[in-house]
Amino acid sequence: MAAAVTIPSDRIRADLWRPLSGAGSWYVAAVVVTGLLVAWGLFAWGYQIHTGIGVVGKRRPVMWSFYITNFVFWIGISHAGTLISAILRLTHAGWRRPVTRAAEAITVFALMIGGLFPLIHLGRVGIFYYLIPYPNERMLWPNFRSPLVWDLTAIFTYITGSVIYLYLPLLPDLADLARHSTGPHRTIYRLLSLGWTGSDREWHALERAQKLMAGMILAVAVSVHTVVSWDFAMAVAPMWHSTIFGPYFVTGAIFSGIAALIVVMAIIRRGMHLEAYLEPVHFDNLAKLLLLMCLLWAYFTTAENLTVWYGNEPSEMVVFGERVRGTYAPLFWAMVILNFVVPFVLLGIRRLRTIHTAVISAVGVLVGMWLERFLIVVPTLARPRLPAAWGTYSPTWVEVSITVATFAAMALLYLIFSKLVPIIAVWEYKHVSDG
Amino acid sequence: MPHRWGMVIDLDRCTGCEACVAACHAENNIPLSTPEEAAKGRATHWIRVDRYYEGEFPDVRVRYMPVLCQHCDDAPCEPVCPVYATYQNPEGLNVQVYNRCVGTRYCGNNCPYSVRFFNWFEPKWPEPLQLQHNPDVAVRMGGVMEKCTFCLQRIQRAKRDAKDEGRAVADGEVQPACVQSCPAEAMVFGDLNDPESKVSRMAKSGRGTRLLEDLGTKPKVIYLQRVK
Repeated sequence: MAAAVTIPSDRIRADLWRPLSGAGSWYVAAVVVTGLLVAWGLFAWGYQIHTGIGVVGKRRPVMWSFYITNFVFWIGISHAGTLISAILRLTHAGWRRPVTRAAEAITVFALMIGGLFPLIHLGRVGIFYYLIPYPNERMLWPNFRSPLVWDLTAIFTYITGSVIYLYLPLLPDLADLARHSTGPHRTIYRLLSLGWTGSDREWHALERAQKLMAGMILAVAVSVHTVVSWDFAMAVAPMWHSTIFGPYFVTGAIFSGIAALIVVMAIIRRGMHLEAYLEPVHFDNLAKLLLLMCLLWAYFTTAENLTVWYGNEPSEMVVFGERVRGTYAPLFWAMVILNFVVPFVLLGIRRLRTIHTAVISAVGVLVGMWLERFLIVVPTLARPRLPAAWGTYSPTWVEVSITVATFAAMALLYLIFSKLVPIIAVWEYKHVSDG
Repeated sequence: MPHRWGMVIDLDRCTGCEACVAACHAENNIPLSTPEEAAKGRATHWIRVDRYYEGEFPDVRVRYMPVLCQHCDDAPCEPVCPVYATYQNPEGLNVQVYNRCVGTRYCGNNCPYSVRFFNWFEPKWPEPLQLQHNPDVAVRMGGVMEKCTFCLQRIQRAKRDAKDEGRAVADGEVQPACVQSCPAEAMVFGDLNDPESKVSRMAKSGRGTRLLEDLGTKPKVIYLQRVK
């Protein structure tokens, strides 16, 4: 279903370019606040490197905690973009046009942030490059049997692919911007547009390249989160060693990705006065997608927990009990409410499905999915097989600061991005209005 | 035939005195913990004595089980390390290469026995304890994993001595610190590839079990326990 477009072509350009020049007081305030939070997060990281990773709350046996939770969460958010926009492109969904660039930018930024967490998490971050297969005089290779090396490979592939995927549809807009600007801006935009002139041959090439990238990025995105899930599923730890973790994680990733997209779009819509472009129909369609993923998520969560409970294997039941009625029960039930009950009611009942409820559900889902990842990582580790080794975990200010800072970093990157290029692809949008 | 080092621990003899724990600390330069860090669960003990309580009060019986790295033949910690910092050496020891370890802690997660310890900070010893370090054992830096080595330094020394004297390492010549210090003589160490060694003969005992045997990790620590 295509959005009803009646906006004249030159209005579109004026509207979508307006946010590029000048900065309102709200914009400046937002940059300052997020910038300070990011700086604080960097300080916390520096403190952690200097003093030792012991400044975080991790302790034996909970060797992984907030950082890995954040890692999985942000890689999940990255599925907003590329995956959703790729599906929409491949299915020729006309309503995708004002959504795709916003979504693809989320992907790139979320990957930049998510990809940092394995480094923040390392005991000795200074030699992180041991994980990379680089030529060295002692012929030492990383261990290709380790899921962490698969992970590294998958994320490198994904970030490379999604940067290209974001960049390709930027070319016509960058060339257009270069034509209409002066001074250093003109030089930069012209350089970035790689000599795009808008010939028929170029348009055809762009279309072909975008289709090809959409197909490939789809495969990469699914494999990336499957590999992330294997970090857990390959271990023999109770309630990690599960065959459905691959699809379960991919589902959760798309679920949280759509939620992030809805939140970001709502903020852009209000902040940049793009009400005429990001219409209720876009939110309605995304809300339906969110509802679909909510049901899929509920299905997987039920399958996962029911089989563990019915199987009644002692070491798994200990972890299951911790989650459902033990230390982590409040988090577990909050997750169920936020990920299932709220979106199911607000978005499932047609009368209740508005932009407002979509945003409320989406924020809930983001919190819920973060909790889901935390509940996968920590309870399993806190309850290893030998009861004598059982432990607890609570975060310190360092982990909390760095976690908060990454959300601020996302906002900051987005704020900067929205000043550099139009957040909605102008040529693509005009394409609709031109017929 | 290369050595294949293994250990037998007779749980029916263990009194839970923890002499093995103290000896291990002294031998292996294990970093000391502060009360705060220990309360957090960050104390490092390459060998620990797990306690299991049987029966209802007042008729309670405590059973002790010293748990150290089981040096599994199929060790779950090994394949998951992205940098080969832990691997199976030719003598069947599961060894940790401190210089190579980047500190992902994945091995710690995947060890079903929870015997891997992480250096959360650079290790510190209150004066003058830093003067009693064992010169044969590396002091581990912050940010790396460590665990029981079966006192690799003693194995190396015994092999060197034997080589110098042109003979094979004798049975009982290598004694890890825990084995040496056990007053109840509950622990025996030796070469499992030598069918005549004490440890081989004891491992064949009808009382022999392995910890979490059903996981298929093939531990080289064999526990002897009367089966009721």
